[in-house]
Amino acid sequence: MNAVVTVFYYLLTAYVAVLLVANFLKNKKWQDEVLYIIVLIPLILRLLRLK
Amino acid sequence: MTRKAVIAVFGAALAFFAGLSFTRSRHLREPVVPGPSVSRVARLGDYFKPLEGTVNDVNVYVLEGKEPGGTVLLLGGTHPEEPAGRLAAWIFAENAELAKGRIFVILTANRSASTATRLGGAYPPDFTIPTAWGGRKFRMGDRWSNPLDQWPDPEVYLHYPTRQELAYIDIRNLNRAFPGRPNGTLTEKTCYAITELIRREKVDIAIDFHEAELQYPVISTIVAHQKGADLAAAASMFISSIEGFSIGVENSPKALRGLSHREIGDATDAISLLLEAPEPFLDATRGRTNRELLLTGKDDFVVRAGKRGLLFEKIDEKGWPIDVRVGRHTSTVLQILEIWSGDNPEKAVIVSGVPRYTDVVRNGTGAYLKDPKTADQSKVFFE
Repeated sequence: MNAVVTVFYYLLTAYVAVLLVANFLKNKKWQDEVLYIIVLIPLILRLLRLK
Repeated sequence: MTRKAVIAVFGAALAFFAGLSFTRSRHLREPVVPGPSVSRVARLGDYFKPLEGTVNDVNVYVLEGKEPGGTVLLLGGTHPEEPAGRLAAWIFAENAELAKGRIFVILTANRSASTATRLGGAYPPDFTIPTAWGGRKFRMGDRWSNPLDQWPDPEVYLHYPTRQELAYIDIRNLNRAFPGRPNGTLTEKTCYAITELIRREKVDIAIDFHEAELQYPVISTIVAHQKGADLAAAASMFISSIEGFSIGVENSPKALRGLSHREIGDATDAISLLLEAPEPFLDATRGRTNRELLLTGKDDFVVRAGKRGLLFEKIDEKGWPIDVRVGRHTSTVLQILEIWSGDNPEKAVIVSGVPRYTDVVRNGTGAYLKDPKTADQSKVFFE
């Protein structure tokens, strides 16, 4: 059961990461683009199992 | 488009260097040069097969005397961010000579917790103990298992088997998960394996090394299960009169579940004791959280808190250096063993070669760490 919940959380993380990338690509303001990239970093590190 | 590419490269660079730092810290190998009485190095997974091959399938150093006697378990690294406990256990593993009895030493009871530092805590990833031959680097670690090994945390953590409601994050706290659960989380399985070790090896005394912030009331003390109250009280009296420092005794609360001093004593035949030393690094009022603070225990803000009567332990400009904290642990264990052996000659554990408080303070912890480069490489182990 624990393993199933963990996999679900990784899927959620990936989904949010994809949303952030999509918003980064759509956005026109550089301040928001930097914000999206910074918010994305911990999610990428978790998906890569680095942190 | 060029701007987006520049920002993306900037983010990728940040992620790369952060990831590199985290990876290096997680995989830092800590050498151990087993001492003269280490007869074998077992694995925690030997006592509970589902733990085999996991990050917490850690080394168990088995020290055996020439004569049979009692059996003691020393637990270091239950909370890896309390390094004096790990270092005291290291000194036993690398230096102790047993004439009688057995000592099982676990240096990194929660190895997973030793591979991550506290989120938002700005902890250093590692620290180095100076030695005559250079220095020995150790992982800093945290109080809780690494989320890479156990994630997510539940909204509510119900301790097994009592179902007492504990803080949600403590489902990753080794010292809130005893006696463990065979089909539970990694942390619960680790506790179960330790409990199984205690049962199978017929451990007489289990001693869990810790450190505490000075704002925490349970500090500079031996927390004792009721089975070990007399032993702890006698050790406290001897230590306070002859070892050069004072240590108190606290009864293990029966209503607070999951802690080693309560659950090991309840679930096994062993006497369970927990040792606390002062660690200003953990205080919420601390200043800069760096290696210097970890090793010297000096902090102006914590001193100021003491002057305002907010602490449960004294502190001045001298701080609480790591050698003082390690020495407190080694002397406390030696006193416990001496008293136990005097009262139980058939189950005595006679040990020499381990420095006492005054030795560690005078010579430094590093004087009792062996150089892995000059050791027989086939006998060097890694944590």
